[in-house]
Amino acid sequence: MIRTFGFPELLFILDGAKWTVLMSLAAFLFGGLLGLLVALARTSKIRPARFLALCYIQLFQGTPLLIQLFIVYFGLPIIGIRVELWLALITGLSLHASGFLAEIWRGSIQAVPEGQTEAARALGLGYISRMRDVVLPQAFRISLPATVGFMVNLVKGTALAALLGLTELTRAGQLMSNITFEPLKVYATVGLVYFAICLPLTLVSSRLERRLNARG
Amino acid sequence: MSQTTIHMNDVNKWFGTMHVLRDINLTVNKGEHLVLCGPSGSGKSTLIRCINALEEIQGGTIEVNGNVLGKKGANVDHVRRDVGMVFQQFNLFPHLTVLQNCMLAPRRIHRISEAEAKDKAMHFLEQVHIAEHGHKYPAQLSGGQQQRVAIARALCMGPQIMLFDEPTSALDPEMVKEVLDTMVGLADQGITMICVTHEMGFARAVAHRVIFMDRGEIIETAPPTEFFGNPQHERTRAFLSQILNH
Amino acid sequence: MNYTFDFTPIFQAWGLLAQGAWATVYISAISMALGLVFGIVLTALRMAPLAPLRAFAIGYIELVRNTPFLVQVFFIYFGMPELGLRLNAMEAAILTMTLNCSAYIAEIVRSGVESIRPGQIEAGKALGLSTPDVYRFIVFRPAIRAVYPSLCSQFVLMMLNTSLVASISAQELTYAAQMIDNRTFRSFEVYFVLGAIYLVLSQLFSVGLSMIGRVYFSYPTK
Ligand SMILES: Nc1ncnc2c1ncn2[C@@H]1O[C@H](COP(=O)(O)OP(=O)(O)OP(=O)(O)O)[C@@H](O)[C@H]1O
Ligand SMILES: [Mg+2]
Repeated sequence: MIRTFGFPELLFILDGAKWTVLMSLAAFLFGGLLGLLVALARTSKIRPARFLALCYIQLFQGTPLLIQLFIVYFGLPIIGIRVELWLALITGLSLHASGFLAEIWRGSIQAVPEGQTEAARALGLGYISRMRDVVLPQAFRISLPATVGFMVNLVKGTALAALLGLTELTRAGQLMSNITFEPLKVYATVGLVYFAICLPLTLVSSRLERRLNARG
Repeated sequence: MSQTTIHMNDVNKWFGTMHVLRDINLTVNKGEHLVLCGPSGSGKSTLIRCINALEEIQGGTIEVNGNVLGKKGANVDHVRRDVGMVFQQFNLFPHLTVLQNCMLAPRRIHRISEAEAKDKAMHFLEQVHIAEHGHKYPAQLSGGQQQRVAIARALCMGPQIMLFDEPTSALDPEMVKEVLDTMVGLADQGITMICVTHEMGFARAVAHRVIFMDRGEIIETAPPTEFFGNPQHERTRAFLSQILNH
Repeated sequence: MNYTFDFTPIFQAWGLLAQGAWATVYISAISMALGLVFGIVLTALRMAPLAPLRAFAIGYIELVRNTPFLVQVFFIYFGMPELGLRLNAMEAAILTMTLNCSAYIAEIVRSGVESIRPGQIEAGKALGLSTPDVYRFIVFRPAIRAVYPSLCSQFVLMMLNTSLVASISAQELTYAAQMIDNRTFRSFEVYFVLGAIYLVLSQLFSVGLSMIGRVYFSYPTK
């Protein structure tokens, strides 16, 4: 009945990591698309749009991710959308990511010197071209360290899926801990797997940051 | 007869591979006033920063009031207690009032009471004519006022030697005089002073000797009348013609 | 959509929620205070002249920052008893929070210290102050002031993080909500109200922290 923590158990945990990576990537992708829209709204000239975007961001930055996931999970069926757990989780994580990425990108868009927009306007470029060809490429470069830094938070955030019952990395650990009675080893292993995923991102982020600061 | 207070013997200093001080030999007597000048990057700041161990030296010895500054921080505390320093950028502590700036070190190091520290601070703030601003924060003072506070702050520790690193060059022109006047007053009290400055009027008025440095070397040392009237070295003449012409 | 919302059973249990909210504030405040202390110690180690101390601090900080808080909670609560450290849920929650906070705070404080002009430190040394005194009396306050906004948003994030300790049955706000959920089966309403309470709490934390900052950092700068 009681198993020791060996190779099969390790494999089970690594298998859970698939979900962790998948959810992180999906949430970053969808959250990024939505977040970009919110960031544009937040920096637009239209007051109500700015205000709504501000509320949106505050909502996600002012409540725990776990509660956001619960609300989405229990709320989707209420508005008539019945989906599998993993889809609900990706939806919740994407919304969460969009709030945080919007705030990061708002900062970067505003960090692009005003003169750039003015120069683009002087050339007769419209809003879309101004943003796409002039402002966003520069903002992108400025935002890169923080964006990559947020990816680390997102990977860590997927751990919360365990509390809703999806067998990703953390929940795989919980299950193995329950059958091996070796929680110390199991959670240390789980932690190390997260570490292996997150550390490269952290390193890239701080390297980008140094490069950005060096260029001034 | 006159007593030596600073003795630098064959001092050499490198920043990495850059040789910044080359075989510096300098003896300063008690109560003497030196003015140090030279082109930018010649090593003036580095030289006086070595005297209170803000920079380590790689060769030679520095002796201050009998304490030898060896390698790796020996005697640093003794030496710093005898030496006060005034910086180009004032370096007042922004979160402390003028009075607190002056009281911090005496309280921590001499362990004197708050009242005593305050009396002492007020005494020196009066001397630099700024006592009425004691409760203000540095950011609320003009540059000249800040620099006078910095001088008072250093004096509160009762130093025997004062080092000045271009104390007036970060100031607006109209504030230079008030700081120089304060320094002249200090000189009249007989404290030992080494000033890095290009204020030649000040040099003429108070210096016993003017020292010209270039590329890490002491090129020429002379009393001000000789130094300005009859400079010996070609590089000194070139330097003087440059700074006196603008 | 034919769901009828019913918030009454949740509002009837307001006592539980209030207790939970208080516990959340309590856990957060203690962990922040302890985390600040340990964070400053970590910063000192991180900048120490001895390489092994620096390596330890960097290793600790990166390990904490690159693993999920939830896993840290499980590691401490379920794993530590194997090493003979048996903690109740509340103790485990506060310990994990503190350990977690200190790593983030250390990173923030370090960048504050690095923002201090070297002239300030030199002026302190030239006055004869010892290195610890220089950091304590000269560097500390301006350094914290420089990073105070990031410190505050980190504190708010940490407060929101306490929701995860419900998973080891530490009795805070989310735990209280889960109890109400189990009783009423009004999951959406429960978590909706819970989210609103957290939103209020986070605004209160922001305002409170910035008021503290205004008092402690009231000196003028240019
Ligand atoms: N911390 C340092 N690291 C590396 N090089 C330095 C450092 N401080 C000074 N230097 C270099 O040492 C040389 C002497 O510098 P120093 O500041 O003593 O010159 P200075 O005569 O005071 O010049 P200035 O009139 O510009 O103040 C310069 O070439 C300078 O670039
Ligand atoms: Mg200089």
